[in-house]
Amino acid sequence: MDQILLQILNGLDKGSAYALIALGLTLIFGTLGVVNFAHGALFMLGAFCTVSLNKLLTMEQVVLDETRMTAWGTPMEIRTPFVEAWFGEFGTTLVEYAVPLSILVAIPVMLLVGVTMERGLIKHFYKRPHAEQILVTFGLAIVLQEIIKAWFGANPIPQSEPDALGGMLDFGAAIGMTEGTITYPAWRLVYFLFAGVVITGVFCFLQFTTFGMVVRAGMADRETVGLLGINIDKRFTFMFGLAAVVAGLAGVMYTPILSPDYHLGMDFLVLSFVVVVVGGMGSLGGAVMAGFLLGILQSFTAMKRPAIFPDAADRTVGEDILNVWYTILEYLPGIDQIIIYLAAVVVLLVRPRGLMGRKGVMET
Amino acid sequence: MNAKASSRNDLYLILGFIVAVALGPIIMTPFGGYPDLLQKFAIFGIFAIGFNILFGLTGYLSFGHAAFLGAGSYAAVWCFKLVGMNVLPAIISAMIVGGLFSALIGFVSLRRSGIYFSILTLAFAQMCYNLAYSVLGQPGMNLTNGETGLQLKLDDPRYFGESASESGTIPPTSMFGIEMKQIHEFDLFGMTVQVSNGYFVCALFVILAFYVSMRIFRSPFGMMLRAVKTNQNRMSYTGLNTRPYALAAFVISGMYAGLAGGLMSAMDPLAGAERMQWTASGEVVLMTILGGAGTLIGPIIGAGVIKYLENIFSSFNDQVMTGFFDFLPDWLGSAMVWITSPFVGEGWHLTLGVIFMLIVIFLPGGLMEGFARIGRLFRGSRKRGEGAADAPRVPAE
Amino acid sequence: MTILTVRNINKRFGGLKALNEVNLTIEEGTVHAIIGPNGAGKSTLLNCFIGRLEPDTGTVEFNGTSLLGLKPHQINQAGVSRVFQTPEIFGELTLLENVMIPAFAKRDGAFTLNAWGPVRGERSLMERAMEMLNDVGLAKKANDVSGQLSRGDKRRLELAMCLVQEPKLLLLDEPTAGMARADTNNTIDLLKEIAGRGITMVVIEHDMHVVFSLAQKISVLAQGTVIAEDLPQNIKGNPKVQEAYLGGAHL
Repeated sequence: MDQILLQILNGLDKGSAYALIALGLTLIFGTLGVVNFAHGALFMLGAFCTVSLNKLLTMEQVVLDETRMTAWGTPMEIRTPFVEAWFGEFGTTLVEYAVPLSILVAIPVMLLVGVTMERGLIKHFYKRPHAEQILVTFGLAIVLQEIIKAWFGANPIPQSEPDALGGMLDFGAAIGMTEGTITYPAWRLVYFLFAGVVITGVFCFLQFTTFGMVVRAGMADRETVGLLGINIDKRFTFMFGLAAVVAGLAGVMYTPILSPDYHLGMDFLVLSFVVVVVGGMGSLGGAVMAGFLLGILQSFTAMKRPAIFPDAADRTVGEDILNVWYTILEYLPGIDQIIIYLAAVVVLLVRPRGLMGRKGVMET
Repeated sequence: MNAKASSRNDLYLILGFIVAVALGPIIMTPFGGYPDLLQKFAIFGIFAIGFNILFGLTGYLSFGHAAFLGAGSYAAVWCFKLVGMNVLPAIISAMIVGGLFSALIGFVSLRRSGIYFSILTLAFAQMCYNLAYSVLGQPGMNLTNGETGLQLKLDDPRYFGESASESGTIPPTSMFGIEMKQIHEFDLFGMTVQVSNGYFVCALFVILAFYVSMRIFRSPFGMMLRAVKTNQNRMSYTGLNTRPYALAAFVISGMYAGLAGGLMSAMDPLAGAERMQWTASGEVVLMTILGGAGTLIGPIIGAGVIKYLENIFSSFNDQVMTGFFDFLPDWLGSAMVWITSPFVGEGWHLTLGVIFMLIVIFLPGGLMEGFARIGRLFRGSRKRGEGAADAPRVPAE
Repeated sequence: MTILTVRNINKRFGGLKALNEVNLTIEEGTVHAIIGPNGAGKSTLLNCFIGRLEPDTGTVEFNGTSLLGLKPHQINQAGVSRVFQTPEIFGELTLLENVMIPAFAKRDGAFTLNAWGPVRGERSLMERAMEMLNDVGLAKKANDVSGQLSRGDKRRLELAMCLVQEPKLLLLDEPTAGMARADTNNTIDLLKEIAGRGITMVVIEHDMHVVFSLAQKISVLAQGTVIAEDLPQNIKGNPKVQEAYLGGAHL
């Protein structure tokens, strides 16, 4: 039981990221009818908002301390970030909270990126064949990731979460189990909650505002809504911006979990595509659900037999089942790397439209 | 119908192609052509010709063809390890493996069309990459040797050949005793022209590949593929089953990719997972649309242009660029170096991405369409010169 | 002899009952028109014949074999061709290619890997396709790209594509919709000529001029049910039919 709970928890953070990206993809596809192959790049740009802010905050002033000598006999360099030198304690806190603070940076930046992308490029492709829409966003994805590579280098740049939100959380103890049975990195829980808030926010926005209502109507039937004299284009531009922000925020908060590098975007994009296919294209709920399901599925296939595992005689029924599962996984090393794709194959063969797909979406 | 004329044109086309391939080493010598680059032209030419049979004719945009190329090159290296160093069985097994992989992936992906299909091929290619990079590279079932890539070893069995040559090294790849890497030099017009045996093998296969693609383009099957692109609905109400047509095109293009991968390994017997990456799939898409998807020779031109540019751009570095902008004032020179340096050397992929976008935005028909436009422009201007008086629209100026 | 037998077909779309216990028999070699007010279920019925829709209950038998559950291409291979309300053609191909494709489908079946010999080597098929284009008056445009044709020409091209297959049953969904009067008359003449070759036709049509110049038998569909089936000269006087059309206004 505790193992199952732990694996579900483990799957949540990846699942959250897939769900957030897939949500944005579906929003853009549903409103604009364009599949955005550069959406992963937006996730990556979000992550690099954090990297940039962190770089900015930790820009250091170098003071030579003549009184102390290094081992080489040169004066010791004392490096302090400017913000600490200027703001003292508060500055230290700023550096500490660089990741959550990046949200504030990422929202306007990503909105701007998204709107620019839509107005400057995607807009001109609405009337062109699907293949060309795919190709141009694909090209854009390459350009964006190569710019990041040229600027930040090819290596992953680790980011750390604030100490207060870091460390391990004894999740088992919190829900009344024996202490230490389920420990879980606190930040991952933060990420999951954050994703939950964003997803709920987007759904509420679409459900309860007039703006969202028009957008939903536009998703169902663009032409008719256009005929009502409502300016759909402006709203759709904003939706593109919103999807970019969602992807960007997903990237910002993911940085402590996975050190960002330039090809982060494409890795996640491909998986999010699979999520969208499994969930059913055009279904926001399907995208979110499939995101979490596949994340959890992946974590279940990544399990390994712990070093201390009871002998056959002392096992409970649950542990016996687990043991069989571990043995299966031992025969399929690395299956967690491809399980999501295999799941997609099964779904496609059994339910070609995906779990919650509607007829007629994306079929031309 | 001028059937005779068009079959004569096809004859000229294939003859011209053979002449161009045969003279390739001589033509390319002044442009810094060396045997490796020429082989690359031919190999990626084959890859693009095959991709064009799928994308150009049926309109199905696959983002996963690098997987078949990669699978082919692994198969060829395994053939060198187990069978022997003759390239023919290696290339044939590469084609078979490429075909098998494409049949599997095609069967699943072709359950959907349009954007869905592109997404699925991208995903399955990424799956193949993961398989090659980690899953099948682990002890126990090590088919790909993971990150390092699959290489030949001295203790490989080579059941139908020799494990090691007399000098105690790994024997070179060859075709019935002719070594692929052996280079011939001869002087012509005061230049030293270099050709490797490998180029002749590649040339032979690229000519064959082109000829087969031409037959397919002209055949009823090719016509059906174009019908798939135009109106699948009408096709099925006309009594044709669209899916096997699309699948056949997919498998044929997968075999072309396998052939290209096999040739790659034949020229240099190692295989790595990076050949399967999505960037590699994107590259063949770019080659095809740059040249002109759906045209016969466009994809080969595209492959040549991309590989030539890659060769030039990646050899540049900051020093070369500084030398290049030497004639400018210092500050302007260094500014130019600063601007251009991300695009060269390691940054070649950035240039690639930019070309990709520019082509899709401004010239989606590719260079072939560009040539046609220029041709029309010339013809048009001549016409306007002849009959300017009765031109329908007079410019405002 | 009966060529198509439809028994007790029902089809629902959600809460809407589109077809209700429809029975229909089509005699070989006749032109059978199906008429009825908008939303009567005519196109739904036709879609059930060609595998585009699956009826909830009922049977569709063509020459003694059931068409239900067959894929569209299998139904066509069995000898049923269809002309659509909006012409469905291969817009990027030439007219000749448009007609050669169904000719190949007829000769080679649903799938053949005929990838080596050139199309231009298929002299007899090409001549046959040209003949069909000639029949519909499009021979001069044989090498034009078909997407640029006018709507009437597209319809004629679609007819040629169906005719080259020598279908046993030809289904026409409003063959003159959106056509000018002159074009309509040309099409009627063409269809009459085709009927003269003994091809069985089922025509769905709004235009009564077309119906009465072509049909040998008429079925009237209203609210998903066949309310009358009779010879053309008798159908006008049928009170049920008058009731269905505008509550009794004369046709």
